[in-house]
Formats: sequence, C-alpha cells, structure tokens
Amino acid sequence: MRAILEGSKAVAEAVRLCRPNLVCAYPITPQTHIVEELSRMVAEGSLDAGFVLAESEFGAASVVLGGSAVGGRAYTATSSQGLLLMVEVIFNIAGLRLPVVMTCANRAVSAPINIWNDQQDSVSIRDSGWIQLYVEDNQEAVDTHIQAFRIAEELMIPVMVCMDGYVLTHTVEPVDLPEQEEVDRFLPPYRPKYRLDPDDPFTMGAMVGPEAYMETRYHLHMDMMEARSVIRRVAEEYAESFGRYHGGLVEAYDVEGADVVLVSMGSLLGTMREAVEELREEGLKVGLLKIRCFRPFPKEAIHDALKGVGVVGVIEKDVSLGLEGTLCSEMRAAFCGEESPEISSFVMGLGGRDITVEEIKQVARELAADPACRVEFRGLKEELLRGDEG
Amino acid sequence: MDKFSVYAARLVEKGEYFASGHRACQGCAEALAVRLVMKALGRDTIVAMATGCMEIVSSPLPTTAWEVPWIHVAFENASAVITGCESGMKAMMRKGKLPPKKINFVAMGGDGATADIGMGQLSGALERGHDFVYVCYDNEAYMNTGIQRSSATPWGASTTTSPAGKLSKGQRTQKKDLPKIAIAHNIPYVATACPSFPFDLMEKVKKAAAVEGPAYLHILSVCPTGWRIPSEEAIKYGRLAVNTCVFPLYECLYGKYRLTYRPNPILPVREYIEGQGRFRHLTPEDIEAIQERTTAEYEKLVKLSEEV
Repeated sequence: MRAILEGSKAVAEAVRLCRPNLVCAYPITPQTHIVEELSRMVAEGSLDAGFVLAESEFGAASVVLGGSAVGGRAYTATSSQGLLLMVEVIFNIAGLRLPVVMTCANRAVSAPINIWNDQQDSVSIRDSGWIQLYVEDNQEAVDTHIQAFRIAEELMIPVMVCMDGYVLTHTVEPVDLPEQEEVDRFLPPYRPKYRLDPDDPFTMGAMVGPEAYMETRYHLHMDMMEARSVIRRVAEEYAESFGRYHGGLVEAYDVEGADVVLVSMGSLLGTMREAVEELREEGLKVGLLKIRCFRPFPKEAIHDALKGVGVVGVIEKDVSLGLEGTLCSEMRAAFCGEESPEISSFVMGLGGRDITVEEIKQVARELAADPACRVEFRGLKEELLRGDEG
Repeated sequence: MDKFSVYAARLVEKGEYFASGHRACQGCAEALAVRLVMKALGRDTIVAMATGCMEIVSSPLPTTAWEVPWIHVAFENASAVITGCESGMKAMMRKGKLPPKKINFVAMGGDGATADIGMGQLSGALERGHDFVYVCYDNEAYMNTGIQRSSATPWGASTTTSPAGKLSKGQRTQKKDLPKIAIAHNIPYVATACPSFPFDLMEKVKKAAAVEGPAYLHILSVCPTGWRIPSEEAIKYGRLAVNTCVFPLYECLYGKYRLTYRPNPILPVREYIEGQGRFRHLTPEDIEAIQERTTAEYEKLVKLSEEV
C-alpha cells in the first residue's frame, strides 16, 4: 500500500506489521511520534500487544528485556539522552542474547542540551553488542525494521535501527507499506531458543567468573562477525519478496574509477547523492559509499567497494572527542596491514547544523586537489570561535 | 500460632525451590527468607532478582540454586524486568501463543536495590498496576559489597561508609520507611515479615501472590556478618527486632492496616541493640532516643490498625 506518511508513523506501521508481543517506551524528542502512534494503535485496537509506558528509558529497556526473556517479540524506541540512560540495560540485552529491536531516532547528546539531529548517541554505544543499521530514507526505515526482527531472532542478537531525528522522523514522504500477509510470510512467529518458563526452569543472567566470562564475550563477538552474512542474506531475501533493496552492509554508488569517494551513514546520503551528480557534471569523478551496517563493521565489504580508490573523505555527524570522527577511525582500521587509500575525517552537522550540497562539494574538491589525510570540522561559525577580543 | 506450631510444620509445602548448596554466609537469615518465600510461592513462579548477596550466592556458573525460572539483569531494575515478563507473557496468553496459566511474577532485591538505586523503577512498576510481587530482603546495608550504609540502615548503625568515630555516631539518618512508600501507591497488598516468624511470613507471601495487582513485601533479614553478631543468633535477633517493636509485623490489605503479631510483653529496645557489634558505640542516652522513636512509631501503627 502506497501511503504518504511521516517517518515516525511509517515506522510505527512497520512495527505493527511485525506483530510484536510487547512494546514499551518512554517519550523523548524526536522519538515521541513513534510512541504516540503505537499508543493510538493500541487504543484503537489495531495493535494487539502488551503495551507498557515506563517511568524512564532505563525502565523501558528493562521491560522489553523481560518481555523478550519470556519469549515475546519485543520493541522499543528512544533517542539521545534516553539511549544513554538505557546503556546498562543495552549491554545486558546483548549479553543475554535477547532479540529486542529498537529504533534510535538519532539526536545530539548533552551538554549543551540539544534536541536536533546528529549521530553521537548510537555511535557512542557501538561496543554494546547490538547490530546497528542506519537508514537513508523513510522507505528504508520501514523495510529495515521488518528485516531487523528477522535478523535479531535468527541470531539472538538485538538490532538497533538508527534513523536521523527530524530529518527522517518528522518528514512526510511517500512510502510503500507491505501487506500483512507478505510480512507474515517473510517474518514467521518468533520461536525462542530459550525462555523463562515454569515448566522448564532456566537460570538466565548467572554470575560468571574469570573461568568462563571471556568465552561468552568471544561467542557474542564471533556471532556478530557471522551476522554480516545474515544481514546481507536477509536484505536479499527482502528484495526478492518485496522488490526493494537498500544495500546489504554497504552500498557503493559511482565508485568505480572515482577520483574521490565520500562515505557516510544515514539520511545525509541523500544530500550527498545530489552533490555527487553536480560534481560529475562539473567533471570531477566522485563516488559514494553508504555504510548501512555500522555494527558489525563491514570491513570486507568496504575493501571490495573501495578497490583501487585513492582518496576517501568520511563525512559524519559524530566525533570521538580527542581523536576524529568515529566512522573515519574504523575505516582506517579496516585497511590495517593493507594498501590503504588516504582517508580523511570531516566532522559536520553536529547538533542539527545544516549540511549543504555546496559544503559537500567543497570537501570533494579539496580532497581532489590535496588528498593528504586530515581531520577537520566543517561548517563552524568563525564568529563564535573567536575569544573575548572578537 | 504458638500452640499449633508442632502441627503447623506439617502443613508447610515440602518442595524446595531455592536449593541448598548456595554460597550464603553461615547463619544468613536472608537465605532462609528466600527459601520460605519460594516454598510459599511454589513452582509456577518466575523470579527476577536484583544484583546483591542473594544473586551472587545463588547463581555462580555452572551452578544454580533456583528450581524455578530466574533472571538477573542489573542492580536497579528487577521490578521493571518482571513487569516486562508479566506484560509479555500475558499478551502471549491473550493472543493464544501460550496456554493460559496462573504464574507468580516476583521481583526480589535487597534494601539497597529497593530503597536506593531501584526506587524509581519500583515506583513505576507499582504505579502501572502490574500483577506482580516485589520482595525486599532488608538486611539494612549494602552487605554484598562489604557493609556500606544504605538509606534503610537504621540511625546509629556503624557501617564501613558510616563508621562510628570521634565525630560520628554511625548512620546519621533514620531508616527510610519503604512499606509506607509502597502503601502510598495505593496497591492492594503491603506487608512486613521476618523469617524468625516463618508461618506469618509464608501466609503473607501467599496473600501477596493471590491479590490481583502489585503487592510489596518487606522482609527483615538479619545479617550476622554485617550486624556483627554470632552466626547462630540470626533467628534470635529477628525475634528481638519484632518483640521490641523495632520491626513490627503488619499488613495493609486494600488500605486496611492490621498488626499480624502484637508482642506481649514488648521488650526494651536495649535488648535488641546490645550485643550487635554495629551498635556497640552507642551510649545509654542514644539507646533511649531509639527507644522513644520506636515507641512513637509503634503507637502510630497501632492507631492505624485500629481505624475502621
């Protein structure tokens, strides 16, 4: 069904189509419209699920953990400070191998408090053991949520679908919503490998000492590595069933023979595509690499996509303070011990600062003129950087 | 109950759902309380337990003392986790994905998990009206990490973070009244209990499980290690806490207070305080102050229980 929907409502529709048993969330801007829409569905009877409005994000994460532990398909959504408040439980959900699906409406992190979009929140918890998928537009958000439950339940690893706050959550776009029967065929009911059941008692979350802790972490790591093939396969199967493909782990665009390749995650790719087209018209051969899957990190897929490319610029809306953009660090590490392109970090768009087509073009032009690897903030206001004398 | 005690023992559930072989300290009254609570709940129970002594001693991989499904996540969220279990399972039963069945959903935590770090989540879970039981095992300090004070530590108790000294009488604040906080949520059932009074305790557990909606149980769990008493005297100190009215046994069913045990005679608080290493530094005047407060609090409770 073709519908014109706000991103948040489209996500809520996708979640409903996945028939969750338990939904629990706590409102935070810019995730609120997702929770409001799910509340409305429950109130009208179009969504039959346990529905809990928690007293905090920490509580919400704990509630979906409990719902998943008894074998229910569980969903939550949050953003920014909410995600950070959840962090202890986030690690536990992954460590207990519970296939919870979460939407992160990406937003900047305090202080200073800022409700606008960047990706510092989810990037900051990359090591928690959750799969992280970043979406470019609302159609991809719908499709990725349906894929997320399949991936999570197959691997018993939680999945976070990251969508840029406001840019996607509050933007009205036409989307194709799949039919219920199609989704049911693609996503069968969740059959947990283990669950809390009085007829078959099971101790979950036991204390593990130095004699076995490391092995449990190793298993999760290896399964995360394995997840790359599952994520890719599920995206392909989704394309067969629904006719839409947004890339498996990464998506390369005009990379072959490119002088410069720009890399990013999320909705910025839309702006970057425009910039690349204009640059090509100007005669500069620029390609794009979209990182759809940030965890597990798709090292091989990146190698394959960037074969023969000499200059890479990573534009990202997060920064590892004291180093550079996090995605850039990981891109560089991906080439460890091999011939690597020059990879530069461009930190842009923090706290909702607009990133223009012209700024992206400028980054590409400068990299073409001087490929030396560097770390730069772009779009800073000079007048705000000056000291007292300014 | 006294005159029936010989027979009453035979009426107790024989099954054990908290198995022996766990690693609690000698004389741990909290382990005894857990055992009694589990006997009263029976096998159709799911337990979410907060981080703390009981979690640590009962679940070291590859062993477990739990004969029922049990989950531990973190220090502060047992109440939220169990409400997720309850909501998820009830939804699946409603949707025909699981056979309908009465299951006891039970969260357990110590006084630190309940009065301090998990207070917000407990309040949220009670307010939302889930059908679950929260059991607080109160040993009056963070015993698991080495006897640090909590907000449930009584005034005057010396702990490793409220030590008695030249400038200190130990804990400077009065014990946070958790049962009253639970009652303020207008939930169906709140009760206090102590494993030194096992039948009273088990009756209350059964009531808590039977009522529709949230129930809160506050169980005084004597900790020989932390209270610095001989390990064989845990039961005695539990009785003294109740018989001096330092820890009255009462319940509040749908807002109606009832003292389930009235000590007669009421023993002087001194008998409870003396002999506990954590109170060793207190002067007779200090003990008198505790006595006055204890009497006043008990009288308030008697009045509440006489309201029609």
